[in-house]
Amino acid sequence: MTTVAPTTVKLRLPPGSGSLILLAIVAVAAAAGPRLAPYDPLATSVSAALQPPSASHWFGTDALGRDILSRVLTAARLDLAIAAAAVGLSFGIGTAAGITAGYAGGWSDRLIGHVTDMIMAFPLFVLAMGIVAAAGDTVANIVYATAIINIPTYVRVGRAEVLIRRDAPFVQSARLAGNGTFRLLLAHVFPNVLPPLVVQASLNMGYAILNAAGLSFIGLGVRPPTPEWGIMVADGASYIVSGEWWVWLFPGLALAGTVFVFNLAGDGLRDFLDPHRRH
Amino acid sequence: MTGSLLTVEQLSVSIATRRGSVAAVRDVSFAVEAGEVVGMVGESGSGKSVTALAVMGILPPAAQITNGRILFLGRELDPIRRRHGQREGLAIIFQNPRAALNPIRPVGRQIVDALRAHAPLSSQQAAAYATELLQRVRVGEPERRFWSYPFELSGGMCQRVMIAIALACRPRLLVADEPTTGLDVTTQKVILDLLAELTAAEGLATILITHDLALAGERCARLVVMQGGRTIECGHTADVLTRPREAYTRALLAATPRAPGKGPASADFATDSSDAHRSKLPLLEIRGLQRHFRLRQTGGLFAQTWARFRRTGAPRPVSVLRAVDDIDLTIGEGESVGLVGESGSGKSTLAGLVVRLIDPTAGRIVFRGNEIGTIPARKFTRSQFRHDIQMVFQDPSGSLDPRLTAFAAISEPIRLLGRLDRARPLAAVVGNLAEMVGLPATLLTRLPHQLSGGEKARVGIARAIALRPSLLVLDEPTAALDVRVQDVVLDLLARLRRDFSMTFLFISHDLAVVRQICDRVLVMRAGKIVDGGASEHLLTAPHHPYTRDLVAAIPRLPSEHRDESAGAAELFRGVFSG
Amino acid sequence: MGRVIASRLVGVLGVLASVIVVTFFLTRALPADPAVYFAGMGGTQAAIEAMRAKLGLDHSLIVQFGFYLRDLAHGNLGMSLTTGHSVLSDLMARLPASFELTIVALLLALAVGLPAGIGAALRPDSWFDHLVRVLGTAGVAMPTFFTGLLLLHVFYFDLAWAPPPLGRIGAFIAPPPHVTGFYLIDSLLAGQVQTLIDAVRHIALPALTLALFAVAPIARATRAAMLDALASDFIRTARVIPLSSFRTIVVYAFGNALLPVLTSVGMVFSFLLGANVLVEKVFAWPGIGTYAINALIAADYAPVQGFVLVMAVLYIGLNLAVDLAVIATDPRAAAT
Repeated sequence: MTTVAPTTVKLRLPPGSGSLILLAIVAVAAAAGPRLAPYDPLATSVSAALQPPSASHWFGTDALGRDILSRVLTAARLDLAIAAAAVGLSFGIGTAAGITAGYAGGWSDRLIGHVTDMIMAFPLFVLAMGIVAAAGDTVANIVYATAIINIPTYVRVGRAEVLIRRDAPFVQSARLAGNGTFRLLLAHVFPNVLPPLVVQASLNMGYAILNAAGLSFIGLGVRPPTPEWGIMVADGASYIVSGEWWVWLFPGLALAGTVFVFNLAGDGLRDFLDPHRRH
Repeated sequence: MTGSLLTVEQLSVSIATRRGSVAAVRDVSFAVEAGEVVGMVGESGSGKSVTALAVMGILPPAAQITNGRILFLGRELDPIRRRHGQREGLAIIFQNPRAALNPIRPVGRQIVDALRAHAPLSSQQAAAYATELLQRVRVGEPERRFWSYPFELSGGMCQRVMIAIALACRPRLLVADEPTTGLDVTTQKVILDLLAELTAAEGLATILITHDLALAGERCARLVVMQGGRTIECGHTADVLTRPREAYTRALLAATPRAPGKGPASADFATDSSDAHRSKLPLLEIRGLQRHFRLRQTGGLFAQTWARFRRTGAPRPVSVLRAVDDIDLTIGEGESVGLVGESGSGKSTLAGLVVRLIDPTAGRIVFRGNEIGTIPARKFTRSQFRHDIQMVFQDPSGSLDPRLTAFAAISEPIRLLGRLDRARPLAAVVGNLAEMVGLPATLLTRLPHQLSGGEKARVGIARAIALRPSLLVLDEPTAALDVRVQDVVLDLLARLRRDFSMTFLFISHDLAVVRQICDRVLVMRAGKIVDGGASEHLLTAPHHPYTRDLVAAIPRLPSEHRDESAGAAELFRGVFSG
Repeated sequence: MGRVIASRLVGVLGVLASVIVVTFFLTRALPADPAVYFAGMGGTQAAIEAMRAKLGLDHSLIVQFGFYLRDLAHGNLGMSLTTGHSVLSDLMARLPASFELTIVALLLALAVGLPAGIGAALRPDSWFDHLVRVLGTAGVAMPTFFTGLLLLHVFYFDLAWAPPPLGRIGAFIAPPPHVTGFYLIDSLLAGQVQTLIDAVRHIALPALTLALFAVAPIARATRAAMLDALASDFIRTARVIPLSSFRTIVVYAFGNALLPVLTSVGMVFSFLLGANVLVEKVFAWPGIGTYAINALIAADYAPVQGFVLVMAVLYIGLNLAVDLAVIATDPRAAAT
């Protein structure tokens, strides 16, 4: 069969790298946030209260005269830190549990299944509310609550991916080649199971950010005057009737934009880690 | 050519892929007369299926007819009008029949849908016809089966339903694209017999597409041989198969497995094995081997507990699958033993038990006088016998870790189980193995998805023989390969066995292949061994009824007919039909 | 099929049991002192002691669980300190508002999401397909409360089409006579057209906000399921017979796509019920979400616990409905 060579030459970047570059930009911006902020995010000024966006205040000011741009930039750190901590926890616990359940099977599979089912029996945000209500209204508990409700995702994905590989011919072939259980898991199962889990983690970051923001929107966790996107939107919501739209719009856009980038990055990672794309 | 039912003139089809346009069919011309059975034969990638789809008018969106025309009943088939359903008189059945049926609709209703698409029938009339059709395709209890869903039917029955749907379209020409590939060989024969009978009764013309030259030879009056999108040779079956003109056709014929005595490799095979057979030292002994599987109950903890309590008093129905049911077998050093059986016979489970990937439920496995059945599969990796019993797997794609290069895959058993010699670095050992299996050294850095089926098979073999095992179990090692590649791989295996004095346990559903490579054959069915003997005798003049059925179902090339005493009738049937 | 349904029902009982156990632990086994929890922040020491005795905290955990079960069986979810009524009566009074909002939002989301997904799958790589995919990816990134505020700003502040976000019905209009508690149904039943129109105007934006949240996952799931179904072998068979477009796409393809779509609708419920709380806050909708948030801020914990329990039961019920729908449409599920 003859092939006709494509007439355009494409840039030789690995697939999916565009979104990962975006993600890197967001991460750097978040880390550098406070330094990029033109004003002190906590500095109040009664005279400058509720000013619409202008040359001096690109995002306007809030009810206490604080610069919204600076607060949005500073809040990035906190929001990302909360989400990262929650995802880190749930990833660690969830994948360990999922891989164990998938590989060992038997009673461990049933037990882990029951615990996961218990968590998934609740609408997740509601469960998070309940956990924070019960354990106490602190930022740490926001992290724990978000972590708990995200564990089932990793358990399910980890277990499913391990089950696909556990009885696959290449794993059996690895046994014949002399791989003991430990080495089998390490050298053959994990490298094939981890990529989908990492993709899940990236997609999950977006969800964790939304969750944490939602909890702070209803008044849990973060206390004023700490800048955090959720409570900033909540503050701004009181001005919906009077029309000072900039107070809630910019933190909201920051939230949506960051989640969007993480979702894109998840899809990008999926392409990036696919061994079939390697040449 | 004029007046033919179907005329294909210089058809060319190209398919748009990620790497550009690919010519899948190039300048193909042939004709089919009314009532005739024409076979289209070729290996994978030959373009035979694409041609069929083009004739049927259901090419995928990425494919386009770039040249040529198709005439049916004298009228040219317009591709645009066809997209809107003009397809009277043509029907097609595919491989994998269960997937070709709507899984959530009763099969009878699907036949009714097809009937009502072609004639204005009331639903009662259509239902009655559908039941009739089910009867015609020999589906037992047609009124009850009308309401069955595809998942409740066997593969053979699903194909019968597909044939019924095809008949409902009132075709003059039926295209059958690998209709029996994937079905058991006995089912294969039954379905093809049914097709032959129906097409003769209805006066249907048929295009039978297959990769199996012997099958096409038995069932078709004329053959079209394709390769790389082109027609290589066309003609009456007898001519093409006994006096082939083209080199490719000759190569295909030579590669098709048949009786021993085919070529130099198997000649050595025969003499070698008969010598080895005399040494009576059993390498592997199996006594009373059993492996049971308990069928899983569905439902969560509460549902299961409930189910358990619900039946107190009444004896609980036992749901156990006896995959291996009391098997005795002995394999002598240097022998090549074949194990044949249809799907579900338990041969793969037996393979898993012999290589100690699975634990037996009962019975003994003795290797070189040592009881290895009692060593749990989990711990067998550390046993001294691990390197001595190895396996070549069926699906080359699934049996290689997608993230390991060919080099890594071949070197792994050496690194883990072998004794690395300072004098011989790993690269040299692996290079040597690659050479032995005919794998070019440049391919060693490639990942599995960058290798062809034949190349992957070679990697799998190199990996399995890396430690020179005494016993090599081969589980359908060539089932997924094209016939010429299969031939080369079988020759390779024969050579390796001879050079390293290995003992083979060769598992396959394909009796022709087993006949070529094994001197002794065991027949397995439903977990038990029902027949066994020297392959020459067992497969040419079987006594056991099940073996007889299996052997009768093997398609034969005309030359084989002449070689066998009971071949005359079949010879006439194959050559002069249609 | 009967056996399968029975096993599902038994499964539901199991899930209910876990829910009850978890809610119990949420109030007892966590670090916070349960007595303080139920006495509330404003509780005096004496009230706390009385609560401790009432809750039976001097007994072992098992006995406490027994008391808890007994209370539940009697419908006793405790008393709300802020409203002074029993939590159960408070929740029952506010449940119809939340339920109405969720149902309307779900129907809207299905009405838009299903056709969008099907259309995108039927015309792959068209502008419509790209639009659906982009909206699908962007839609799941938007926080519900943000969408709500955006819609309010545009439709209330800018265009003045929507009424102020102050509840289910205008301040000067009486609610319709109570039959179901759903204003839309009740006003229809009573023939009160003006009330109906007003109720629709008030529910429009919150339902739209909630629906937008659900449209993205539904459209994505429908598109993926339809693409899978359309690429399958049995559609090839349908095309080759040939069956009419209607039968091929609607009966054969969509019939099979419905199954994974139903499953994802089950998951969408989890998000919907959570987002419900946020939307209620933005629009001051008098449902159980607002009730729970107010109680939470006032450190009145019994309503929160009751709220979590009721939401979980609702979720279980909705999932059971989805499960039964799958069993009804998929013969393979009905047979296992």
